Amino acid sequence: MNTRRSILKTMAAASALTLWDAPLRYAFASVPTQRRLVVVILRGALDGLAAVPPYGDPDYANVRGVLAIDKTQGLHDLDGFFALHPALTNLKACYDAKQLAVFHNICSPYRDRSHFDGQNVLETGATAPHILQDGWLNRALVPLGLANGQSAVAVAQTPPLMLTGPAKATSWMPSVLPEPDEAFLAKVRAMYAGDAVLAASLDSAIALEAEAQAAMDDASQKDMMKKGGYANLTPLFSGAGKLLALADGPRVAVLDAGGWDTHFNEGAADGLLARRLQALDAALDALKTSLGPAWTKTAVVMATEFGRTVHANGSGGTDHGTGGAAFLLGGAVSGGAVHAEWVGLKPDRLRDGRDQPARTDLRSLFKAVLCDHMGVPHRILDTAIFPDSAPAAALTHLIA
Amino acid sequence: MSLEGAIAVHRFGLGAKPGEIAAASARPHDWLLSQLETGADEPQALDATALQTGGELAALLTGDRQQIARLRRERAGNQEAIKALNRSRGQIFLQEMAARFACGFATDKPFAERLVWFWSNHFVVSALNLRAALFAGAFEREAIRPHINGKFEEMVQAVVHHPAMLLYLDNAESIGPDSAAGKKSGKGLNENLGRELMELYTLGVDGGYTQADVIAMAKLLTGWSLDPAGGNGFRFYPARHEPGPVTLRGKTYEGYDGAVAAVGDLAHDPATARHIARKFAIAFIADEPSAASVARLENTFRETDGDLRALSEAAVNDPAAWSAAGRKLRTPVEYVTAAYRLLGLPRAGNDPDAVAKQVRGAMGAARLMGQFPLAPPSPKGWPEISEAWSGPDAVLDRIEWARQIGQRLPKNFDAAAVAESGLGPLLRPATRTAMAEAGAPGEAIALLLASPEFQRR
Repeated sequence: MNTRRSILKTMAAASALTLWDAPLRYAFASVPTQRRLVVVILRGALDGLAAVPPYGDPDYANVRGVLAIDKTQGLHDLDGFFALHPALTNLKACYDAKQLAVFHNICSPYRDRSHFDGQNVLETGATAPHILQDGWLNRALVPLGLANGQSAVAVAQTPPLMLTGPAKATSWMPSVLPEPDEAFLAKVRAMYAGDAVLAASLDSAIALEAEAQAAMDDASQKDMMKKGGYANLTPLFSGAGKLLALADGPRVAVLDAGGWDTHFNEGAADGLLARRLQALDAALDALKTSLGPAWTKTAVVMATEFGRTVHANGSGGTDHGTGGAAFLLGGAVSGGAVHAEWVGLKPDRLRDGRDQPARTDLRSLFKAVLCDHMGVPHRILDTAIFPDSAPAAALTHLIA
Repeated sequence: MSLEGAIAVHRFGLGAKPGEIAAASARPHDWLLSQLETGADEPQALDATALQTGGELAALLTGDRQQIARLRRERAGNQEAIKALNRSRGQIFLQEMAARFACGFATDKPFAERLVWFWSNHFVVSALNLRAALFAGAFEREAIRPHINGKFEEMVQAVVHHPAMLLYLDNAESIGPDSAAGKKSGKGLNENLGRELMELYTLGVDGGYTQADVIAMAKLLTGWSLDPAGGNGFRFYPARHEPGPVTLRGKTYEGYDGAVAAVGDLAHDPATARHIARKFAIAFIADEPSAASVARLENTFRETDGDLRALSEAAVNDPAAWSAAGRKLRTPVEYVTAAYRLLGLPRAGNDPDAVAKQVRGAMGAARLMGQFPLAPPSPKGWPEISEAWSGPDAVLDRIEWARQIGQRLPKNFDAAAVAESGLGPLLRPATRTAMAEAGAPGEAIALLLASPEFQRR
């Protein structure tokens, strides 16, 4: 397999630029941890009551109306009260293996209903939109020793805000274009001497691409990308798993999965949302498979910017809400439970009479994963990583 | 060739066609502003068939829905027929996209075209929504393209009256709970358009509105839906409209005329002027425009009652827009378009199939680089800032594609002449050197396309 990494060796030897040396040195650096962290951003506001129906709540069937899913429609019971959506069969298997913890009535500190401000708060870890310019996951990379530019990867053309900031990270996507030869890349790199942004990105891409080339079954990846395009999450999740499984590969990965903004014709056991959940469930299974033995050292946290309205709107969908569901899964997770400060679904228990309330702060979940799973020192969680978040204490007993 | 000519062509235009920098060099401001006299070009289908109007598509959609319902009723084996129907409708979007790309490659009014792209990335109808995909091209041609030199309110009214937007943000099915239809069906509001109209399209998220205002706007827009008979695609259904006065941001409106007035008030609100000015400055002046640049646009917008031609002129007349430093990265669609313009693609003489193939190649390339026009992941549209397109994989994708394009060029290409004519004074010595040392013209062109000065505008 052609490796782009080798051109770095050649070029670095020939160049005195320090800019050159950094990625080379780090590409071979031993990784300080065997723990893997995957963050899946469910953009668009996932309907938590659809993904994790509280079918045991006496008001559930009534308030959800056309969106309610009946026990006979394939709900996966979790604890006699909550269930998983019928499409989430692989997640159910994780739950049964005590490798999935489910959270309900959970939300970031954001309390308005803009997707984009909500995602900004979710990704920056701040208390309000646009007060921090970098992502909480980026701020965790330096304390974790993973800020070398190769140890944290976004499965995207360009890393999302959560992974953007002073610490270096990279990005990767399955490519269907032929790879240029090393000599050509070397000439391009020489042209980038005066453009720090392009130079840094190219160095990062080349270093990771060498790993990726070694890890991917290129033909099958291309084939998968062609099938389903945007809707097909599996090649992205599978690719992330293969990179994370590498002995000296990345330890942190961020994936984007959109398509949750179900204002119209959401469906219940079947329909639009069911199909999207099925795609996510299949992709998570592919992630697990491609991680292989590294799954036992992995925690995957999935969160969305806010939940949706409890009641259906005028067009068989749901509008923007507050509290919702989140998920923590992986071989390193102590799962098999639903964590919810449940207050029922009666109108006076809902936020503004319409939304699921937010009773748990998402940052408490993120902190638990960073601290108990990845080893971020507890003392910096409330300051450097999530400023002004002391009231949102880290959850406990979530990591095996 | 002057530096200002090159900046006009690259920053405000779509990248140089052969001779374009030379043409723009003498009077770059005039070269840009004269393009606004007659508006943007009208995209034409590659196979010379007529592109369909929003009204025709509304009638088509109505017919399809009836036919699909009938097929479903008749028997289960008709799934294949339904799939075939949906596939053939998918072709309509691809045909529109091909026409739009081809327009970008060929147009001699690239600034006008850029304005179209800016506004249709502001008033987003994303083809990722399969119902709206059918209309995404017609939406840009009807609600955006004719209005780039008009008043902002005219564009907003065209947008919220267009079937594409009413489908995309789900207003077509929003029903007043106390309307006749609402009482009968028990159905109610859909807040999606009411919210995004204020958050994204007019006031901005901090522009001063509450959840109660979102509901009020949604109530006002109830009954705005599609005309199944065709027409211009829009129809107001009084039986679905929430009756009675509605208070929005302290002012009372009622009925269809009240809704139109409310939309107009949003268009003329000072918060809207601020929101639009900032977005416009980011797109055309700098990733981080100065407060003075934004204020200049904001004042122009307010003082002219949202005159978009005046806004465009104000951006062109801002000295900050002519700085050679801090050039922005092109988005993938801009990048692929600039490459095709530079190389005179598509080239195929009189073979329409070969042209279509090259246009499809460009569409596929933009998609691989993470951007399919008119199909952004959310109603916020594609990001306009460089940071969104500078990630490691994004940079590598552009290089890979540049290499592939270079390999497909004929062997007798004068790469150095293309570079001088296409970049003019923006061409850097490092790129000249790399190109001079290339083994073949195709490789030299690939290096040019991969160069920093070509990736930036």
